[in-house]
Amino acid sequence: MDREAILKKFEPNLSNILYIMHDLQDNNPQRYLAKEDIEVCAEYLNVPYSYVHSVASFYTMFSLKPRGKNIIRLCESPPCHLMGARSLLDYLKTSLKVDVGGTTKDGVFTLETTSCLGACGVAPAMMLNDEMFGNLTAEKVDSILDQRRKEI
Amino acid sequence: MIRATINNVEIEVPEGTTILWAAKKAGFTIPTLCNHPDLPPGGQCGICVVEIEGLPGLKRACMTPIGEGFKIKTHTPRIQATRRQLVELILSDHDTSCLTCVKNNNCELQQLAATVGINTVDYKNESRKKHPIDHSSVAIVRDPNKCILCGRCLTVCSQVQTVNALAVNHRGSETLISTAFDAGLGNSVCINCGQCVVHCPVGALYERSATEEVWEALHDPDKFVVVQEAPAVRVMLGEEFGMPVGTLVSGKMHAALRRMGFDAVLDTNFAADLTIMEEGTELISRLTSGKNLPLITSCSPGWIKFMETFFHDMIPHMSTAKSPQQMFGALAKTYYAKEKGIDPAKIVSVSIMPCTAKKFECLRPEMNASGYRDVDYVLTSREIGRMMREAGIDMNEMPDEHADPILGEYTGAATIFGATGGVMEAAVRSAYALVTGKELEDVEITPVRGLKGIKEAEIDIEGTKVKVAVAHSCGHARALLEKVQDQMRKDGKSEYQFIEVMACPGGCVGGGGQSWGSNMAKRARRGESLYAEDRSLPMRRSHENPEVQAAYEKFLEKPNSEKAHKLLHTHYFKRSAVDGKILPG
Repeated sequence: MDREAILKKFEPNLSNILYIMHDLQDNNPQRYLAKEDIEVCAEYLNVPYSYVHSVASFYTMFSLKPRGKNIIRLCESPPCHLMGARSLLDYLKTSLKVDVGGTTKDGVFTLETTSCLGACGVAPAMMLNDEMFGNLTAEKVDSILDQRRKEI
Repeated sequence: MIRATINNVEIEVPEGTTILWAAKKAGFTIPTLCNHPDLPPGGQCGICVVEIEGLPGLKRACMTPIGEGFKIKTHTPRIQATRRQLVELILSDHDTSCLTCVKNNNCELQQLAATVGINTVDYKNESRKKHPIDHSSVAIVRDPNKCILCGRCLTVCSQVQTVNALAVNHRGSETLISTAFDAGLGNSVCINCGQCVVHCPVGALYERSATEEVWEALHDPDKFVVVQEAPAVRVMLGEEFGMPVGTLVSGKMHAALRRMGFDAVLDTNFAADLTIMEEGTELISRLTSGKNLPLITSCSPGWIKFMETFFHDMIPHMSTAKSPQQMFGALAKTYYAKEKGIDPAKIVSVSIMPCTAKKFECLRPEMNASGYRDVDYVLTSREIGRMMREAGIDMNEMPDEHADPILGEYTGAATIFGATGGVMEAAVRSAYALVTGKELEDVEITPVRGLKGIKEAEIDIEGTKVKVAVAHSCGHARALLEKVQDQMRKDGKSEYQFIEVMACPGGCVGGGGQSWGSNMAKRARRGESLYAEDRSLPMRRSHENPEVQAAYEKFLEKPNSEKAHKLLHTHYFKRSAVDGKILPG
């Protein structure tokens, strides 16, 4: 969907800024808000360009840098931490050869951390795009990511 | 009225008074950092906390209105410890290289640390990130390592000027006041007005200095260095030498510059009179033809970039007359060079301005009407103050001297250019004579004076009524121009025929190149001082200036002549509201 069409789905009302930016980000093949996305959003809502950037930079769910096709968000809240999230994070960093915030060379995964996902009962937990996975182990993470690689 | 006690001192203050101001009345100065008298309180820093008996926690004095019967304490052990801790926390995340900082001795954080008694910093912040210094702008440098996130620059940029070049980006310990995508001020909508600079309490924002280049030119025997000084500089420069705010030092300033080694000490005020001749003539021709009214003044380069960025449809309304700085520059390397028999290639043209945007203006590619860069270097009033101190010159000891001919004579109309409404008043004084052939009896047009955001007046030029408006600060200019746009959409024309806009609050006296710690009270005093100089001068109408008359006779022919157009007039561009760059087409 082009940017024009996305904007037209919403009233040009400042209270829609987050919805618009989510939609723009989801439709960007690199899953981020590009300069052009910020620009059209500012123009459509008739607010300063710097303001839209400021809002986008505040929320961790928006990225202002290009990302991979799939976003891994590993929970780092205390319950997950106690259940081994830290070693899982180290494992992910080594196996994907990226740092937190980085994207794999093939552009398939971006590794991020997140605050509590509300899935403490199945800690440690992570999200892959919009899907939730719990009771994670290194093996389970491997199979989830392998599965995703096969799907694309 | 509200009755309360502050440190057991009984006070009575009007309802709505903040604790900060009430305490002042009781004789106590509560230390502040993010607070600025001209800006709404933001409560970011928390330095001004006080205790109110019976209320939990500490309250910020800057934003808490005093209540009936409040018993307030302003320096209990708990408050003192809190303040010290807050300052220490700020210092732990601050680049404390004070001795090499442009703000050394003028820094509010430095003063605060002394006031609250900081002698150690217990917090080591080794994770403090080193940010690159933003050198992208030709006018303003921004050093995020010095920034304490007080938000004054933001407030003035977004609320007072409505420019919105700066914003708060990211969050928590990553928070950074910066331009979008960290593109830098030079790649943003920044209009270079420098209000952020004069509102910054620390050394995070300052002008891009040209002092080294000017020293080099002064010490080069092959160069002929000419200098011009803007009207607003002469009512500020004394402050750099400890004189009372608004002291008029025109004569001393000329003497000091001569002693610094400038080969010719001329005056921007000459060019201000010239501007009136060009702009006044333009006004009359527009009033006669009825086209492109209202005419809007073009002296303020911050305002020019603002208009180019946010009001594309106003470009035809702009006066094509260059600012006095650029008119002066164009004449220095043509008329002056010719009359004095100097090779223009050897002339270095320096201007001293209350303004940071002038640094941008002199570098605009089209500003080379003389065949050379018309103005080579712009120094802010602060920079020339520093250079004079470096040269061991004390303004207090200077005699009163005149500027040099043939670009040095000026009238009272020129000197009031530095205050909001001054250009309008000067233009009316001369336009009246140009239209009627008679002189305006009472040259003082008081409705356009003063610090009201938007001023209006109706001028009667022998039966022809001219409605004028004056706006200072870009926020007020925006409001006025939106009204003009509305009127033009509805009636096809505006109620105004002539509009003056100055980008900075108070006009040039409140410019971004003036001394640190600027506020409206200081701006008002400097403005009054300019009006006093106007009253003291024998000539108060631009067209009476004999050197201006001579320039037309010997060189420019007449106002708006072909030659005048080539040298003294300019054109404007549409700019992007994203990065401030000129739009194609």
